Amino acid sequence: MHPAYSVIIFTTSSGAGYGLLALLACLILSGQPVPENPFVTITLGLALALISVGLLSSTFHLGRPERAWRAFSQWRTSWLSREGVLAVVTFVPAGLLFLGSLVFEVSGFLWTLAWLATLVLAIATVACTAMIYASLKTIRQWHSPWVVPVYLVLAAASGAVLLVALLHLFGGQNATIGFAASATLAAGLLIKLGYWHSIDHAKKTHTIGAATGLGGKGPVRQVASPHSGENFIMKEMGYKVARRHAAKLRRLALLFGFVVPAAAIALGTVSGALIGTILSLGAVVVCAIGLSMERWLFFAEAQHVVSLYYGAEAA
Amino acid sequence: MTSLPPAAAQTGKKLGLVIDLDTCVGCQACAVSCKEWNTSGYSAPLTDEKPYGDEPMGVWLNRIHSYETGEEDQSRVVHFPRSCLHCEEPACVTVCPTGASYKRAEDGIVLVNPDTCIGCKLCSWACPYGAREYDYDHGVMKKCTLCVDRIYNDNLLEEDRVPACVKACPTSARHFGDLGDPESDVSKLVADRGGYDLMPEMGYKPVNQYLPPRPRRDGASAQPVPVAAKTQEVDASGTTSLDRLFAWVDHKLTR
Repeated sequence: MHPAYSVIIFTTSSGAGYGLLALLACLILSGQPVPENPFVTITLGLALALISVGLLSSTFHLGRPERAWRAFSQWRTSWLSREGVLAVVTFVPAGLLFLGSLVFEVSGFLWTLAWLATLVLAIATVACTAMIYASLKTIRQWHSPWVVPVYLVLAAASGAVLLVALLHLFGGQNATIGFAASATLAAGLLIKLGYWHSIDHAKKTHTIGAATGLGGKGPVRQVASPHSGENFIMKEMGYKVARRHAAKLRRLALLFGFVVPAAAIALGTVSGALIGTILSLGAVVVCAIGLSMERWLFFAEAQHVVSLYYGAEAA
Repeated sequence: MTSLPPAAAQTGKKLGLVIDLDTCVGCQACAVSCKEWNTSGYSAPLTDEKPYGDEPMGVWLNRIHSYETGEEDQSRVVHFPRSCLHCEEPACVTVCPTGASYKRAEDGIVLVNPDTCIGCKLCSWACPYGAREYDYDHGVMKKCTLCVDRIYNDNLLEEDRVPACVKACPTSARHFGDLGDPESDVSKLVADRGGYDLMPEMGYKPVNQYLPPRPRRDGASAQPVPVAAKTQEVDASGTTSLDRLFAWVDHKLTR
């Protein structure tokens, strides 16, 4: 599948935003000590800004962005619509918390409810984003039980990297959170390894024979394409990445996305305040690069069954 | 509404095409006729980009592939038209976030409303058959309409109220009708010839049916092909007396 930059930015940026929202809610609901405001305001603001950038970026993928509001209507059947609705609904409790935190200390029963709603809605929104891909039977690499956990864990991991950096900046770093963040990154690494193992070893169930119905008499081979140039189908669905190239990118994605940030955060937890802050900020940058590569590969490595009509033997 | 029409609202009518892979000659007449009608019809325009350049690209709703299949004396080239199959349970409809992609309750035709489509392209990802082509210029998705603006068009003669591709086919490889009615000509044709679904394992229940190429007759049952009478004597080296005459003239003239 064609890896569109707008969708890569959308899923990584909003994923990190929802991850940060959810983890901040966890932190506060669990009663852990947090730094004095403006820590909460700035963390909420950053999360909502990342989500907004992501959502705005996703509209660049549209042919008619001015009609984007119509996408809220079909939540009964469409995961894309559900994602849109939940993304907006999440802004209600999270936005109230942001505004409230400018004036009050956001604790007490009603604010607790708002934190709880933010946590649940953030998780649900990321799950819906993943389901947009996981629900497509036409793409084996996406129609996989691994996809929803991958999106959830990666959102949490990128949120954790941001949260650690913010805690360092506001002088609230603590070893438990640092190691928890490193553990989340390790979980991200393991789940990506599991996902890649699963897509590399899954059987290709669809064949050119079944796609054309001509398979009963032996192999089927395309001898003439319907068109001499490209078309939308080939540009959008025919994108292929060389196996060697992909293997190299996978290693870099793991290194930048998980290994380096986890090590930097762990090291930062046991070193001085200044070095810890520098390391945690470095982790944010490296992790962003790694997860962008991971998301690029998620698209580039996905093979659509329509490639069968253009001569692929199996998909 | 991208929910599929409820069973109660459906009429049982399933309009669609039956495509005969035995007689299709891959002439592209259906594709050209489709483009010609639809670029000014319901889906107008079907935009072309750089139509006269080295890399022409544009929106077509019908694409004709050619495949080689079978081995030895059963091997053959099969021309294979590919367009929307107007599935009974189309994922391209249910994934649509806006309701622009819909299936009509009255006849089962799958359409895109060009006024509400946001151009997110998700429907094209959901379709295994590559039936939808995005119009980069218009910013909306295009697809086969089963010529909804021909088949009910009172301004046309009755014999012209069929999809443009069916009307254009010179070998009658394309048939149009109600596949929901077991007594219709198309349903009988499908039953007769063993018509089949493309990728049935996807579960989208395509309405359009493909008729398989008929098996080749083997050498024993085939009629002997009459050999044309020889008009020239051919010697052992494969040349005729006329060839030798020309060679002699050529030789004399070039000396």
